[in-house]
Amino acid sequence: MSLLAIEHLGKRFGGLQAVDDVGFTLARGAIKAVIGPNGAGKTTLFNLIAGMLSPSSGAILFEGQPIHGLQPCQVARRGIARTFQNIKIFHGMSALENVMVGRHVRTGVGFFGAMLRTPACRREERAIRERSLELLDFMGIADCADTPAVNLDFGRQRAVELARALALEPTLLLLDEPAAGLNIYETAELGRLIGRIRDLGVTILLVEHDMSLVMDISDEIVVLSFGRKIAEDVPEVIQKHPEVVKVYLGD
Amino acid sequence: MPAKNFVFLPIVAAVVLVQLFTAASGSAYYLTQLTMAAYYSLLIVGLCVLMGYAGQISLGHAGFFAIGGYLSAALTVRDLLPWAESPVVRFLDALGCLAHGQDLYGAQLLTVAPWAAAAAAVIAAALVALVLGVPVLKLKGHYLAMATLGFGIIVYRLVLASEYFGEADGISGVPGFPLLPGLEVSGDSAGRVANYYVAWAVLLLAVLLLRHLIDSRPGRALRAIHGSPEAADAMGVDVARYKLKVFVLSAVYAALAGVLMTHYNGGIGPSEAGVMKSVRWVAIVAVGGMAHLWGALTMGVLLNFLSLRGVFGSYDDAVFALILIAIMLYAPGGIFSLVPGGRWGERLAGLVRRGKSGEAAP
Ligand SMILES: Nc1ncnc2c1ncn2[C@@H]1O[C@H](COP(=O)(O)OP(=O)(O)OP(=O)(O)O)[C@@H](O)[C@H]1O
Ligand SMILES: [Mg+2]
Repeated sequence: MSLLAIEHLGKRFGGLQAVDDVGFTLARGAIKAVIGPNGAGKTTLFNLIAGMLSPSSGAILFEGQPIHGLQPCQVARRGIARTFQNIKIFHGMSALENVMVGRHVRTGVGFFGAMLRTPACRREERAIRERSLELLDFMGIADCADTPAVNLDFGRQRAVELARALALEPTLLLLDEPAAGLNIYETAELGRLIGRIRDLGVTILLVEHDMSLVMDISDEIVVLSFGRKIAEDVPEVIQKHPEVVKVYLGD
Repeated sequence: MPAKNFVFLPIVAAVVLVQLFTAASGSAYYLTQLTMAAYYSLLIVGLCVLMGYAGQISLGHAGFFAIGGYLSAALTVRDLLPWAESPVVRFLDALGCLAHGQDLYGAQLLTVAPWAAAAAAVIAAALVALVLGVPVLKLKGHYLAMATLGFGIIVYRLVLASEYFGEADGISGVPGFPLLPGLEVSGDSAGRVANYYVAWAVLLLAVLLLRHLIDSRPGRALRAIHGSPEAADAMGVDVARYKLKVFVLSAVYAALAGVLMTHYNGGIGPSEAGVMKSVRWVAIVAVGGMAHLWGALTMGVLLNFLSLRGVFGSYDDAVFALILIAIMLYAPGGIFSLVPGGRWGERLAGLVRRGKSGEAAP
């Protein structure tokens, strides 16, 4: 059984069919990329999977269960984490605290336990902090732990956002243009990092415009254009696919 | 004691020093206003967590203060003897929730015991916050401000219009709130010093609990909602639920402040429920720096003390409104953002933490 199955998914915004009868599956442990020109509906697709939008038609199955129509926080609890195309960092919190929020669904202390600082709360806090520091270290930004996240440069904010998503211990990770705004060295580093994340057992679905990165790391690629899937195959085939070449290079 | 909490030591020391100073200088009457300022500050620190940390505004918190104060006043003052035979009253009596006493003229009096009245008042405020919060917290920014303002106005008009709550006169003759044998929350001048310490102990304990909250899983979830509601949601934080919880928590703080203040003052009047009071509380949280518990505490005590001393004269409300405007214009980060090295509480905590690094890595 595939980890994620998208079936005849559609999303309409007024007169605009942003996602149009899209279907594909994602195998456990795979890295799959969604590409397509601006406005193709890639982010909308992500928002549908993550529960930020509910579909106008079709179904989304995760681990065999329908997840369309769930709230984002419920989707997160199922083990789907995401990053955003426009970074959404928690201002007013340090880099470390940002990542610690990622542990939310894996921990359980409530208002009373927290206010009274019960032994269970202390234990949990320690574990959250340790795990989050490990993740900052994994991302290579452990030295920024106590820096307010808004003061970090763009690349590091992306790293914090990714660490935060990983803190959720996701089964499926959705990355919306993770290389946007990174230079070629940082992009290459990101490619290696995504490989390492997959090696941890995380399945990855990413939207990306950087073709070298996409061709390099993806097992399979889905191509969207005007909301419709126009191709789905391994990178070697996609590169030569006539319709893809047309969409990307023009006639 | 976790390293961060050492920041409480200088405050406790200051509280004791002030008391000793007033005793030595024969100015113990200051303690009365400091006690009242502490109770008002209880509301303010709760509002600070709601506004500054969770990012949800309330222009109706005087309403929750009033629910706490008015209910505990009415329940402990209004005579239940005419209903003594009703099953509800008999049931409450059997539970030990009622107090048998005498009025000034020696006539029999049956009222709700202060502890039971206080519990009922705080629970009522929590329930009202719950019922109000579900629809209202869906709103954002100005809309939430207006909805909570509307709530505040309703409470104000209700207490003003209802005979049970004493109309324009409010309720007086509220008995003391017994804490221990020989110790009660009341305005009795013999208990002035004790009451000062009680109020400050309650306030500092309340702040300690909030500090714990802020630095924990649910507290981070609240701050995350403030930082980016979409991202918080995507990280699994049930945004609506957390907003509701912190709203109820801050309402409970406000109601508790109302209960204690009312027993301390021996009564409560409609001005406590007024919209101008709600505006004042928001102004104080803003002056303190919004997401700054120590700032809210400092400004809450200082500005309330000055106001209670009558320093602002008959321009009292105008002064707070002016403070609000000035802060928004010139120091949206709060008064301490103007001071180099401001946010002293956090800085102090940071120093202590670094000093103890290794052993007590926070
Ligand atoms: N909430 C919304 N309401 C109305 N229209 C929307 C909404 N979100 C997206 N759209 C529209 O849907 C279409 C697809 O947008 P989407 O953001 O999914 O594209 P994308 O493939 O992610 O593009 P990009 O590469 O620029 O990020 C666009 O025409 C966009 O204007
Ligand atoms: Mg997009």
